[in-house]
Amino acid sequence: MTSDMATRARHSPGDEGTDTAGRRARWRSAARWEVGLVVVLIGVLVFGAGESSTFVDPTTFFYLGINIGYIAIMALPMTLIVMTGEIDLSVASMLGLSGSVLGVLWHHGWSFVPAVVVALLVGALGGALNGILVAKAGLPSIAVTIGTLTLFRGLAEILLGSLTVPAAGDRQFPAALTNIGVAPIPGTQLSYTTVIFLVLAVVCGVVLHATPLGRAMHAVGLQPEAAQFSGIRVRRIKFWLYVVSGVVCAFAGMLLTLQNSSVSYSAGTGLELNVVAIVLFGGVSIFGGRGTVVGVVLSVAIFGALQMALTQLNVQPEIQNIITGALLLISVVVPNGGEAIGRLRERIKRK
Amino acid sequence: MHRVAGIAIAAVLASVSIVACSSSTGGGAGNTGAATAGGIKKGLTVYFIPKDTQNPYEVLADQGGQKALAEVGGKVVVSSGTQDTAAAQIPSIQAAIQAHAAAIAIAGNDPSALCPSLNQASRAGIKIVSFDSDINCGSSPDHLFINQADTRQIGTSEVDLLAKQINSTGQIAILSAAASATNQNAWIGYMKQQLAKYPNMKLVTTVYGNDDPATSLTVLQGLLSAYPDLKGIISPTTVGISTAAQYFDTHKDIAAKIVLTGLGLPSQMKSYVLDGTVKSFELWNPSNLGYLAGYAAASLASGSASLQTGASFKAGSLGSYQVAAASGTTGPSVVLGPPTVFDASNISQFNF
Amino acid sequence: MSTDTAARPVRRFESLLRARELGIAIVIVLVVAITAVRNSNFLDAQSVQQLLSGAALIALLSVGETMVIITRNVDLSVGSTVGLSAYVFGDLFKYQHISVVAGFAVGIVLGAVVGAVNGLVTTVLRVPSLVVTLAMLYVIRGVDGMIVNGHTIDPTAIPHAFTEVGYRTLFGVPWLAIIVIVVVAVAGYAMRSFRASRDLYAIGSNPEAAALAGIPAGRRVFTAFVISGTLAGLAGALFLALHAQVDNSGGIGYELAVVAAVVVGGVAIFGGSGTVVGAALGALLLNTINQALVASKVSSFWNMAVAGGLLLAAIAFDRWLSLRVARGLKSARGVHRDV
Repeated sequence: MTSDMATRARHSPGDEGTDTAGRRARWRSAARWEVGLVVVLIGVLVFGAGESSTFVDPTTFFYLGINIGYIAIMALPMTLIVMTGEIDLSVASMLGLSGSVLGVLWHHGWSFVPAVVVALLVGALGGALNGILVAKAGLPSIAVTIGTLTLFRGLAEILLGSLTVPAAGDRQFPAALTNIGVAPIPGTQLSYTTVIFLVLAVVCGVVLHATPLGRAMHAVGLQPEAAQFSGIRVRRIKFWLYVVSGVVCAFAGMLLTLQNSSVSYSAGTGLELNVVAIVLFGGVSIFGGRGTVVGVVLSVAIFGALQMALTQLNVQPEIQNIITGALLLISVVVPNGGEAIGRLRERIKRK
Repeated sequence: MHRVAGIAIAAVLASVSIVACSSSTGGGAGNTGAATAGGIKKGLTVYFIPKDTQNPYEVLADQGGQKALAEVGGKVVVSSGTQDTAAAQIPSIQAAIQAHAAAIAIAGNDPSALCPSLNQASRAGIKIVSFDSDINCGSSPDHLFINQADTRQIGTSEVDLLAKQINSTGQIAILSAAASATNQNAWIGYMKQQLAKYPNMKLVTTVYGNDDPATSLTVLQGLLSAYPDLKGIISPTTVGISTAAQYFDTHKDIAAKIVLTGLGLPSQMKSYVLDGTVKSFELWNPSNLGYLAGYAAASLASGSASLQTGASFKAGSLGSYQVAAASGTTGPSVVLGPPTVFDASNISQFNF
Repeated sequence: MSTDTAARPVRRFESLLRARELGIAIVIVLVVAITAVRNSNFLDAQSVQQLLSGAALIALLSVGETMVIITRNVDLSVGSTVGLSAYVFGDLFKYQHISVVAGFAVGIVLGAVVGAVNGLVTTVLRVPSLVVTLAMLYVIRGVDGMIVNGHTIDPTAIPHAFTEVGYRTLFGVPWLAIIVIVVVAVAGYAMRSFRASRDLYAIGSNPEAAALAGIPAGRRVFTAFVISGTLAGLAGALFLALHAQVDNSGGIGYELAVVAAVVVGGVAIFGGSGTVVGAALGALLLNTINQALVASKVSSFWNMAVAGGLLLAAIAFDRWLSLRVARGLKSARGVHRDV
């Protein structure tokens, strides 16, 4: 979707490329966006604390982690993929497929660790399928991942059908592990998934912003042809990013299964658009090459806190949909809107 | 640039504040106040968590619950999501815990995924009641299932109703909802058992319409094309039966060949019954179901009802109900009553 | 001489495109034939009518979506628009007793407004259409939910005359299908004959060149979105005719089905090529496969997996085809150079 030179023209002036001047300009605009996100986050927190009597309960933070932790984990590889100018819409279906693999193996008496290993392997294989089709065969990622979104969910349905595993009388998942769904880390209100997310976010952030690999990803997103010519192994990077995405989503599927103490084939249906919305609202450009992990973390916090506050206030869930859409619009209108006004001014000046 | 940003952010925050101020705040008083007649405390707050906030059947049940709690000086908070998933209901359970609700009445989208959260609620002292669609959590949390009708009776009566109309002979099929819906699978299980009593009737397949009219129509058409000798269809879901009825209504030749029955809302099915497309179908009053669930929740929270077999409690104008023993995967339950059969003679009397 | 060698690859390209449409038609016939072998009822008049009317709504949406995707954009809001249009139409029917014609008008205007918003934000604000239409998907779905508010439009509220559109046939072809076929034919003709339509292809193939050639890209893309929205509004009205009932769940998931149909139909997701006829055939093929699976008594659990696999195969095939065309063009140019 973004491999054409012409679309590069839609980037704002100031990212001349991957040289230091370009990088500095991008940092400046990213910093502006993150400051905006911090303001919005503070606004949401103030709103929540002010309107809802239970927002400031310590358990709010724990529940927030439970609700959004596993989604946030999927947002991290998505961030890297979008940075390179691609997209992965199959994330939620892979979550469901890996959960179904885990479930069906558990149902047949496998022990937990081998079943999880197989589930993660399935994640890697699914990611590799995406990677081969997008990176090696050069097919458009939006179309491919819509296909794998359907395929993975379909495979999950074949595996589990109408089953929910485990049923009440069957062998349950190890209690020590399913504890992550009911108790925070002792002494804190942090859910285990929150901590896992933060650790992964740090890793992701370091890779993206402080390593040559990360710089390569920026370059691939900004100017794919130039990146190719400058020796960056574009296809290899994209391929492995999809594999990583598959494994991470499989891991998130395992976490969700433990959190709920059960799994059915429809786990996570429809979440891919939530993940995309979170990443885009975090300031990651859909064209690639721009965005920060900090922005995505802030975006996760905003979406999570907003959902908590609105549910506590018993606001109609339809309104939550409208707000998600509005936030998404704002995330792209604001940076582009400024340019549009600038263009209008120029046209008026010329007249 | 900054002006646009400012305006945009202000607009979002303003609209969110307007919206928040115009909706009721969640949370309630909990278990305060003196007991009323029937031993129910005043001022109880019960969280009703339906499958989703839009399903008309669920909406009727919620309204019944609101009526019940209003009668005993309490209140209901209806909270759920827009999609029929467990993930959409868990935040509502959390809100109930944080609001120190007296009880939760939930129609489960998933038999098991809600158990960890409901367990937490139970340990926090919140009484758990399930209605319409049960949860299968084993021994914890303790909960009371408000069954719309005896599960077995729903299954057997559906088959009996169809058998009468097709002379107990021929191929039949089931048009169901979601493949994982607890109630659907329970009823279908009993239907299959009952079919054993009719050696000349054969269940050829079950198709799943996911409670979505478009999907239901597609699977129905495929069904009709795959089994040309089909004599009867049971659709134990209001969306499935109304979709099939509409199709039969516009393809009278099929209506002449195949008998359609199932569980349907009288308001949706009225025209089909009056013009003969569908002879009869069953249901119960979803509003009564919610009403009963409301009283059960309030009584449990007040200590005037318990989960012991044979324990009884009063449910307002519906009278007294007794707790039935646990059996199979179902825990202690209360049955609303036998299903009502709707046909041309009585359908005009109902407006739900 | 130069016109000769330049015309050859163009003709070959066009013929390959037509081959794609023919190819899809052949696959449809094959699927029907194979299924009919296992179940002869699949060839019944009834069955064929179902194949046509079942695909009608998605095929209708595919026409507008094709125009949008050709310009290298995408419209993900169509499903929500269908749902909103269907419910508003039904609501006005039930409570305001408006006429059928007025109802269609309302649905179409509603869709056009949504399309206009999508088009404006995409072209004037230069916002990526994926994001805009994704946001609109959420917003419209939410607005629909607020309007519906737990209610449902029952068949009793819909006059029979209206629902007849959903099932009556003319010479054995369902009216629903006839309406869609007319729309596809008109759109197909327009896409081949009008200069504005060729502009759409140019914008999608090479936006910079198109701008340099003086093509008013903003206006063209805006029009494409308005058409997509309008057809979604129309599809909403037809949804009500077909199902005779609607609540808040109308149209959910349609956007992915439409994109899948369009891709299977040979429209390149990067823009610049594809036809509305191909897209409509793609919709027909996907629905045929769905119904064929059920008619062949394949467990319904397999539907999604098969659909996903098919989509991937279609994308790969498309790519292979366009590579062949590119190679063909290159070799033709090479021949020209040698001479």
